Amino acid sequence: MAQLEEVDVGPYRHLVSERAISGETMLLNMGPQHPSTHGVLRLLLELDGETVVNAIPDIGYLHTGVEKNMEAKTYLKAEVMTDRLDYMNTTGNNLAYCMAVEKLVDLDVPPRAQAIRVILTELQRIASHLVWLGAFGLDLAAMSVFLYCFREREIILDILEMCSGQRMMTTYIRPGGIWRDVPVEFEAAVRNFLKIFPKRVDEYEALMTKNPIMMDRLVGIGKLDAATALSHGVTGPMLRASGVNWDLRKARPYMGYEQYNFNVPTRTEGDTFARYIVHIEEFRESMKIIEQALNKLPMGPVHSDNRKFVPPPRSEIGVSMESLIHHFKLWTEGFPAPKASIYSAVESPRGELGVFLEGDGGPKPYRVHMRTPSFDNLSVTNKITQGHLVADLVAILASIDIVLGDIDR
Amino acid sequence: MDTKLETIVKTAQAKFGATYEEFRGEVHIFVGSEKIVEALTLLRDNHQFELLSALTAVDYWPQNSPRFHVIYQLSSLANNVTVQIRVPVDGDQPKVPTTTSVYDVSNWREREVADMFGIEFEGHPDPRRILMPEDWKGHPLRKDYPLGYEEPQFTFNFDEIDVRKPYVKE
Repeated sequence: MAQLEEVDVGPYRHLVSERAISGETMLLNMGPQHPSTHGVLRLLLELDGETVVNAIPDIGYLHTGVEKNMEAKTYLKAEVMTDRLDYMNTTGNNLAYCMAVEKLVDLDVPPRAQAIRVILTELQRIASHLVWLGAFGLDLAAMSVFLYCFREREIILDILEMCSGQRMMTTYIRPGGIWRDVPVEFEAAVRNFLKIFPKRVDEYEALMTKNPIMMDRLVGIGKLDAATALSHGVTGPMLRASGVNWDLRKARPYMGYEQYNFNVPTRTEGDTFARYIVHIEEFRESMKIIEQALNKLPMGPVHSDNRKFVPPPRSEIGVSMESLIHHFKLWTEGFPAPKASIYSAVESPRGELGVFLEGDGGPKPYRVHMRTPSFDNLSVTNKITQGHLVADLVAILASIDIVLGDIDR
Repeated sequence: MDTKLETIVKTAQAKFGATYEEFRGEVHIFVGSEKIVEALTLLRDNHQFELLSALTAVDYWPQNSPRFHVIYQLSSLANNVTVQIRVPVDGDQPKVPTTTSVYDVSNWREREVADMFGIEFEGHPDPRRILMPEDWKGHPLRKDYPLGYEEPQFTFNFDEIDVRKPYVKE
């Protein structure tokens, strides 16, 4: 058994102020087992009474070596690792990875698959924001919001289960399209959700937005200006709350996002309340996209016909020798990708989710790097929490929307 | 190639003696490690590359010169273009000057590359490991680092496997 050791200030000497060395301020560990650190994040706090002087995040408790593991799998099999990164946005991770593979090997995706991908990632964005809103409320002692949010998230998870057989780790989006077509009940289920959900968003707003206790806790807390945000690589709702209109779905449209009419909600205050409002507005924008995509959902195939990259359907394997060979080759050896590298990015609920993919001419990726938004968003913590109370630190941390699987990879 | 990217490539060629490659519309500019801070500062100030999207590395072991490429993926919000800067680094005592003075995000991202690849970023203000434990030996994403596994211990073979665990040797 490992022995418990007293934490030495030595390695952190250059991060804390002089007053901590002389013992004037207190050093305190928050986490890694703390309910409001959203997983296994450890913060080394330097406190002057109850005021935060420095908050130094210490990450890596959930490091699972995903990037290393992906190098040992074929392009098709490495995809299951991506679900496990940001477990609140599984279809979004699949989409980012599949788009990178498609770009590397130059593979087309049929329009029906594109529309289904958009619907599912937008549903997942709503589900992710629901968990965010619930946990955010919980951290601010608004217990009921959490229960309502998880009630609605359950409807979305049911839709994902209906399509893929899995509630969370779907791996439904595959290079070249999607695994198989959505079931017949899909459209009715999504329309039912679209009917229920707008009223529910209004309910959340009635509970939180104009609640004086919430306003006291949120307005003016954790201000982040646009220049600092960009320099720290902050993206997503957090950047948009600081007044920068930057959304990859608008800026570099992928998967046919250019045909949908939606707004990019922005706020200029950059405080915790602005981040809350941006998240709430994104619920409504995502619903707009889902509705439009569902209305013009084209008919046709759901994956590319290029059998060098996409496994054939089960029905063909029994009757076609070529299909059997392709099936066997793709699932054992995999397909080769050129000796080149690409970077492709999508807008995840947390920001720019980029995939750097390098091939070496063989069937396994030579190097995969996931540019995960939470990592960069968390790096700004120390700057925006200084001078606030510990209770405000909890609110700020909740508003950043971190997912530790996303950070530690 | 985009006209904006073309001017950037031309500037880099004239100022830093850079070469470039193009693949599927993406431009990779190769810059020497001694010029990287200057190059990033120029791109940020004169070409509106406000965002350092990604900072990572690739290991080309057993090739030693260059063994690594350190990769800086830059995004410009104003012009809506991206460009990739690659810095080749040799395998013996790999070193690159830190870019924390240009982008704040470099701080954590360089710690990650140093942790995973063992590339030293000279002048880094906080050169601790970030993802692996402080006392970890080796750099996991290097190609000569094996993808190992840990033997699962059960009640019946706990002690037998325990003697083979790395902490016993210390």
